[in-house]
Amino acid sequence: MNLYTYASPANFYVLAGKLIPWFSWSAGLLAVWGLYISFFLAPTDFQQSEAYRIIFIHVPAAWMSMFIYLVMAFWGAIGLAFNTRLSFMMARALAPTGALFTFIALWTGALWGKPMWGAWWVWDARLTSELILLFLYVGIIALWAAIDDVRRGDRAGSLLTLIGAINVPIIYFSVKWWNTLHQGSSINLMKAPSMAAIMLQGMLVMAIAAWLYTIAVSLVRVRRIILERERQTDWAKAILERE
Amino acid sequence: MKSRHKKILVILLGLAGLGIAAALILNAFQSNLVFFFSPTQVAKGEAPTDRAFRIGGLVEVGSLKREANGLTSHFVVTDTAKSMPVVYTGILPDLFKEGKGVVAEGKLGKDGLFTATQVLAKHDENYMPPEAAHALEQAAKAQTTLVK
Repeated sequence: MNLYTYASPANFYVLAGKLIPWFSWSAGLLAVWGLYISFFLAPTDFQQSEAYRIIFIHVPAAWMSMFIYLVMAFWGAIGLAFNTRLSFMMARALAPTGALFTFIALWTGALWGKPMWGAWWVWDARLTSELILLFLYVGIIALWAAIDDVRRGDRAGSLLTLIGAINVPIIYFSVKWWNTLHQGSSINLMKAPSMAAIMLQGMLVMAIAAWLYTIAVSLVRVRRIILERERQTDWAKAILERE
Repeated sequence: MKSRHKKILVILLGLAGLGIAAALILNAFQSNLVFFFSPTQVAKGEAPTDRAFRIGGLVEVGSLKREANGLTSHFVVTDTAKSMPVVYTGILPDLFKEGKGVVAEGKLGKDGLFTATQVLAKHDENYMPPEAAHALEQAAKAQTTLVK
C-alpha cells in the first residue's frame, strides 16, 4: 500500500469516513475526563483561587488557535508547491475551527482578565496579536468565499495564510519580547512547568481533546468539500444518490 | 530546475523576505509595543513626560497605605533596582498585593509622584495549591535563616 493513495480525494473520502467515529469518541471521552480533573480534582490556586480554572479552556483554545493556523499554512504551502487538490481542501476544512478556537481564547481571556487584572481588554502585544489572528482567519475564510473560481480561490487564500503565518511566532513570543500585561507561559520546552502536576494534567488532557475534536470536525468538513468538488465524477454521484 | 522546485524556492524566498520585513517592522515599533515602562526606564528618561503612560513592576512590601477616605491608596512600584511612588484613587483589583506585580496607567508629576488613573494587577505564570505555596514560603524562610 502506498501513502500517496490517500492524496486522491476519492480514496481519502473513504478513509476519513472510517476515521471520524474514532476521533469523535476519543475527543468526547477525553473532554469529559479533562473537565472532571479541571473542576473536581485540581486544587484551588494560591493567588487566583477558583478563577484560574478558566485556563483549562483558555490555554488549550489558544494553543489550537495557533497550531491550526500553522497546519493550514502547511497545507497551503504544499498545495501551492505541488498543486495537490486535497491539501487545499484540508486548509479550507481547518479554517472555521481555527477561528472558533481563536474566538474562545479571546473570550475566555476577557472573562478571566476582568476579575484578575481589572480589565476586560488591554492593548498589550499578546492580546492584540491574538486579535489579529482572528481577523486573519475571518479574512481568509471571506477571501475563499468571495472568489467563485475554486482553483484561484484556493491559491489566493493559501497565499494570504502563508503571509499571515508570520503572526504566529509573534503571538507566541510576545510575552517574552515585550513588557505585556499577559503573564509568561507556564509550559515551556526549556524549563519545568511552573504549575502543580494535577493542574498540568487537566490542561494537557483538555488540549489533547481539543486536538482530536479538531481532527474529527475537519475530516467531516473535508468530506463535504470533496463531495462538492467531485460531484461530476461517477463515484461522487453514486454517493450523492445514496444519501 | 524543474518548475515545481522553482515554485518551492519562490515560496521559501518569499517567506524569508516576509520574515525579515516583519522583524524590521517590529524592531522599528519596539518602543510602541511596550505595554509598560519599568521604574528604571522611567529614571533613565525613556518614558514620555508630557502624556499618560503605564509603569509596571512589583508593589514594594510594606509600602501600601490607604487614606482615611478608604479609596485613595499610596504605594511604591519597584523593579528591585529603582522604585517610584504611586497614588491612586479607586478600587484596586483583587490580585493587588504587596510583593506582587502591578501595572498602573497615569501621569508622572514634576515631583516624581505618579498619579494613576487605572491600576491593573499583573499575575505570574505560577499555579499551585495554597498548601504548596505555603510550603515554598516556609522553605525560603528556613533557607534565609540558615544563611544568616
